[in-house]
Amino acid sequence: MSNVSTLWGGGQSPFAINSKKLGMWLFLLSDALTFSAILIAYSYVRLASENWPRPFDAHSIVLSSTMTFFLLSSSVTMVFAVLASSRGDRKAAVRWLGATMLGGILFLVLHVNEWAGLIAQGVTPFGNPWGVPLFGACFFTLTGLHMTHVTVGVVYLGVIAWGFNRGKYNADDVEVSGLYWHFVDLVWMFIFPMVYLLSNTP
Amino acid sequence: MGTDSHHPGKRFYLIVWIGLLFLTVVEIVLAYMHLPLGVMLVTLMGLSLVKSALIVAYFMHLRFERRSLFYTLIPAAVICIGLLAVFFPDSLRALELRP
Repeated sequence: MSNVSTLWGGGQSPFAINSKKLGMWLFLLSDALTFSAILIAYSYVRLASENWPRPFDAHSIVLSSTMTFFLLSSSVTMVFAVLASSRGDRKAAVRWLGATMLGGILFLVLHVNEWAGLIAQGVTPFGNPWGVPLFGACFFTLTGLHMTHVTVGVVYLGVIAWGFNRGKYNADDVEVSGLYWHFVDLVWMFIFPMVYLLSNTP
Repeated sequence: MGTDSHHPGKRFYLIVWIGLLFLTVVEIVLAYMHLPLGVMLVTLMGLSLVKSALIVAYFMHLRFERRSLFYTLIPAAVICIGLLAVFFPDSLRALELRP
């Protein structure tokens, strides 16, 4: 019993974290449910459709694997930014935040390039040259929502880096922005196999 | 914030990053083995769950937070996502119902 009371007996601070961090965790919980619903809907439509289009060839797999590498690497640079900020090293924190933003921007450039290729082949939210019109709607909704998150994340990190450098934001703010960035990375860990790798499966 | 002292060093996070890259390479290799869709779906989602657990536990620091935060967030997420998946088998029925 004493363990239970120690665990939950936090009084005014039951989780021993600041309110910004708790707020971000709760937002990410709701965002996880949003992405889960869309991923499950994507899988549902794919299984319920005959001849689901599989336009992602070996070139697309290489491209999306490179995008995965950029996002995973940007997560580790984000961790380094949090570490630097927690020991008060402003220059290093801003530099690592810049590296994280660069990873996000490279991801976005490759992703936009891929979208442009698909659109040039005639894929729209309402149709495509290979049948099952819902493919475009599912693909653009899922990857578009994720791309929006990455774009917002790059801007968010830019604002935090600027503010942290000027002393407007502290190490807690850097850590909270890190939670958001890692979540964006986490979601891609499901989109990448579901959309791209399973496209290579009969 | 009493949690900052629990940050492991850079070396530890680099090992987690290498682990994540390794699991991604395994997924890509599996994609070229042309296994049946059901086997691939289960295997890839299993690997993705391991990768997301590593990200949440270490990169997002949840492993080093108070356990009450874990108990508040994770079981709720797992139950809600599990309930969403209840509709999943219906997709096969929809396929059979097609004329």
